[in-house]
Amino acid sequence: MTSALRGGGVPNLGAADFGPSVDLPVVPDAIETTSPGGRISRADVAHLARLARLAVTEDELDTFAGQLDVILGAVARVGEVAAADIPPTSHAVLMTNVFRPDRVYPSLPREAVLAGAPDVEDDKFRVPRILDEEA
Amino acid sequence: MSELIRLTAAEIATKISAGDVSAVEVAEAHLARISEVDDSVHAFLHIDTEGALRAAAKVDADRRAGLPLGPLAGVPLAMKDVVVTKGLPTTAGSKILEGWRPPYDATITRRIKDAGIVMLGKTNMDEFAMGSSTENSAYGPTCNPWDLTRIPGGSSGGSSAAVAAFEAPLSIGTDTGGSIRQPAAVTGIVGHKPTYGAVSRYGLIAFSSSLDQAGPFGRTVLDTALLHEVMAGHDPADSTSIPGPVAPVVAAAREGAQGRLDGVRVGVVRELGLSDPSGYQTGVLSSFNAAVETLRGLGADVVEVSCPHFQYALAAYYLIAPSECSSNLARFDSVRYGLRVGDDGVNSLEDVMSLTREAGFGAEVKRRIIIGTYALSSGYYDAYYGQAQKVRTLIARDFAAAFEQADVLVSPTSPFVAFGIGERMGDPMAMYVNDLCTLPASLAGTPAISVPCGLSEGLPVGMQIMAPALADDRCYRVAAAFEAAVEPVLASIPELSR
Repeated sequence: MTSALRGGGVPNLGAADFGPSVDLPVVPDAIETTSPGGRISRADVAHLARLARLAVTEDELDTFAGQLDVILGAVARVGEVAAADIPPTSHAVLMTNVFRPDRVYPSLPREAVLAGAPDVEDDKFRVPRILDEEA
Repeated sequence: MSELIRLTAAEIATKISAGDVSAVEVAEAHLARISEVDDSVHAFLHIDTEGALRAAAKVDADRRAGLPLGPLAGVPLAMKDVVVTKGLPTTAGSKILEGWRPPYDATITRRIKDAGIVMLGKTNMDEFAMGSSTENSAYGPTCNPWDLTRIPGGSSGGSSAAVAAFEAPLSIGTDTGGSIRQPAAVTGIVGHKPTYGAVSRYGLIAFSSSLDQAGPFGRTVLDTALLHEVMAGHDPADSTSIPGPVAPVVAAAREGAQGRLDGVRVGVVRELGLSDPSGYQTGVLSSFNAAVETLRGLGADVVEVSCPHFQYALAAYYLIAPSECSSNLARFDSVRYGLRVGDDGVNSLEDVMSLTREAGFGAEVKRRIIIGTYALSSGYYDAYYGQAQKVRTLIARDFAAAFEQADVLVSPTSPFVAFGIGERMGDPMAMYVNDLCTLPASLAGTPAISVPCGLSEGLPVGMQIMAPALADDRCYRVAAAFEAAVEPVLASIPELSR
């Protein structure tokens, strides 16, 4: 399982380094908010979709590129706010390190958990091939 | 049609505990109503007749045995399909979870079962709660009982429609950017988004974890408060759950219903429709302004407050929520639950994941995953996601300053009344502006209620009442006083026919 996820199988857990691939244009310190568009190309959408494990169709690439450009143009308005010295809020409730006693609780029965899986073998989740036959 | 379906939740509970009617009769009346009208409304994705009758019979048996009954024992409820229910289909409105039966109950599911509330079924919603119209459901739209050609709001549109159509006196929704308040407004019912952390998120299928919050719908403020108190409370299974007492919302609703608001300071937010009315329907604004005059007539001190950063809430929200969603929805990987597509013995795991997610997610979910992936990518993170988080801080500061001058803040809930099904589907930004007024409280984690405040073009208009964090009771008090002072909006709803 671990080997299958190497290279970003789980997308977007933070400011990820996407490695060698299509280069996205470099953004300066402040976002241009008056740009009429051109923020995101069809190739960008294809790259992002690949990172997010979405096998988008050619038609979707056309539709999404236009729509995402409009949306990103609108949300770029956050750049109008002078906020250099403002701390970010990641969460409305400020709580850190919530502890509870380390007690053992019953887990769900194995059959109950596996019952919802798309494929099961030998009481385990069966997944498609991860490594090459000879690897 | 049985008169039982017209009763409030509080009235039903009183009659059941007095033995005037059985919980089974009440459940049967509502199930009959669902069979009568839900082909037209399509509020439900799954109806659990057997489970509902069994839960109702248990309440009746408990009553006969002289056991104490909770304040909503035997009252039927409709549950949004984003909340997991053990053994009952739970799809979150998505094809990717079609046929999945969760192996456990969400904490709020457990709480409503323990309270003797009778769950009738699961309600339709925008896929993974992303939307404002319920049109993004993979299972077809829900229709507004006021006018079946219009949307019931979203994302909790099945829950709002079920209550407005008298299919259930109570329902549960979730609100990430307005998904309880806007559906309540456009269907003429009451809906409350609790303080973030007041209600456990354990067992809610996550969309945007720092914003998602479940809350109650009802046809009256008191009913909504009664359900709120069943749902709320600390849960060790949710580390963001607030370890403290539940706000006394039922007492506040009863106090409010006495009618007067002397000394209560009501702040009208200048940036939500006053300073720039473009984008707001005239009928919505005039209904809202009349509601403010009603509050003044009840003795409230009405002041105008300014929250200058609210104008950036939409932009900040549509960066933060997609960013969190792109991470949360990574769990739909075709391994542990739900759909798997393309597993032909040749395709790699990554291919199968990509084909499954492509086949299982709808257009809006894909759009948001891609936007989130973009906003979190290196080189863009600071300018988009990081900046949005700073704006979030500024919005919270605006609230703090406004609550120095006012006990509650008010605004229209939605800039417009229910629009036609299909009208805004081609234009994501036209859909997103539904949330203009509800987003600030979502970003700040503060409570807000929507209460019906009138009609425009024969369709319901909602007033939003916002309070500081943990002061949910203020929302209910002011809403109940307002409700007692005006004609009930829902009295004008046209009769549904098959």
